[in-house]
Amino acid sequence: MAMTGVLRPGHVALRVLDLEQAVHHYTEVVGLAEVMRDAQGRVFFKAWDEADHHSVVLRKADEAGMDYMGWRVDSDATLDRLAGELEASPLATEISWIDAGEHPHTGRRFRFTIPTGHVMELYAHRDVTGCATGYLNPEPWPDDLRGMAPSRFDHCLLYGDDLDGTVELFTKILGFNLAEQVVAGPDRLQIAAFLSCSNKAHDVAFIRQPMKNKFHHCSFLLGSWNEVLKAADIISKKKVSLDLGPTRHGITRGETIYFFDPSGNRNEVFSGGYIWYPDKPTITWTDDQLGPAIFYHDRKLNEAFLSVVT
Amino acid sequence: MSIRIHIENCDDSFPCPDGSNVLRAMECLGRRGIPVGCRGGGCGVCKVKVLDGRYRNEAISRACVSAEEEAEGYSLACKLIPESDLSLRVIGKMARSFDISRGAFHFYGVPATAPHRS
Ligand code: FES
Ligand SMILES: [Fe+2]
Repeated sequence: MAMTGVLRPGHVALRVLDLEQAVHHYTEVVGLAEVMRDAQGRVFFKAWDEADHHSVVLRKADEAGMDYMGWRVDSDATLDRLAGELEASPLATEISWIDAGEHPHTGRRFRFTIPTGHVMELYAHRDVTGCATGYLNPEPWPDDLRGMAPSRFDHCLLYGDDLDGTVELFTKILGFNLAEQVVAGPDRLQIAAFLSCSNKAHDVAFIRQPMKNKFHHCSFLLGSWNEVLKAADIISKKKVSLDLGPTRHGITRGETIYFFDPSGNRNEVFSGGYIWYPDKPTITWTDDQLGPAIFYHDRKLNEAFLSVVT
Repeated sequence: MSIRIHIENCDDSFPCPDGSNVLRAMECLGRRGIPVGCRGGGCGVCKVKVLDGRYRNEAISRACVSAEEEAEGYSLACKLIPESDLSLRVIGKMARSFDISRGAFHFYGVPATAPHRS
């Protein structure tokens, strides 16, 4: 199946308590490139292999957490069609159109709130300013990379209450598939859903928790387990707040490490996982095996990992 | 002479080096008592109430400590810089994050109900 409809996560907008500390973290530690600041004081970043103008947006606020996540769709026709379907659905609330140019180099965005309380956006255009190695006889990686230097923004994990509604919106309206899930108890209540719109094991994941609109992490892709280990070195070298890892997830098979930005927003860098196709059966994990499902090596639940969110 | 931090809940105390936040001082000594989360003033699990002493707060998320609470002495240990000996009460809790008997995941301080769309 060729990829159509919603193509990929395009941006994540985060709130930070101290802008300059955050810019230092996302450039020197994570290793994104700052591409621009706008009149509102927002700072825009991209990873080295990303073609579009930006993928990460920071703004100073008095609370940490995520403002919204944006999804690139394949065309204006798809944008209009999905906007119409979302408008007609009770699952999408607080609907609005954001003018072209509100994000620099970006077309109009359709904004809506999903049942878990998170704000999502769809857009069809963002200027291609090019990746760091270019597109004509490129080198495999650019010089002058700093920090962990992921190649792209990859996914988010979000916490919220109405998991059923959010999963229904993503699968029935936006065309995502359920790659993996966690079920709990005798009724096999779904408590986690890993959703894919592409060939990835997940493009976004949600965990059921009795609160709305919480942010667990945003994640960036590295090339190898060795780069994950080097990220661990960087976390110590730069005295960054470590959460967990390096380790492997049972869920999605990713090799991973988690850490926090200076405002307490969790970041992940990871490598590996698998290529997902639409005919692959959904993987199910049961709550009695949640230890190895989440952390395959030490097979234990970690309270801080599960309960610390912004 | 180094500053001492006294934790009322467990009647324990530890020294805090000049300029360090309370949570880092506790972690460096391998001590416990205050839950450790993001260490960035964003998650609120290290929330404390200062009962006695002088201090200043670095930037803390208003989602965790309101301006009124801050005025009453509430703070986040990871952003709390003592300027004298401090006496604290621990307010924040790490969630018992997974508890089937209470309906899957739940957070501290939040009713553990897992809403169903019917
Ligand atoms: S540890 Fe998260 S606010 Fe202090
Ligand atoms: Fe992740």
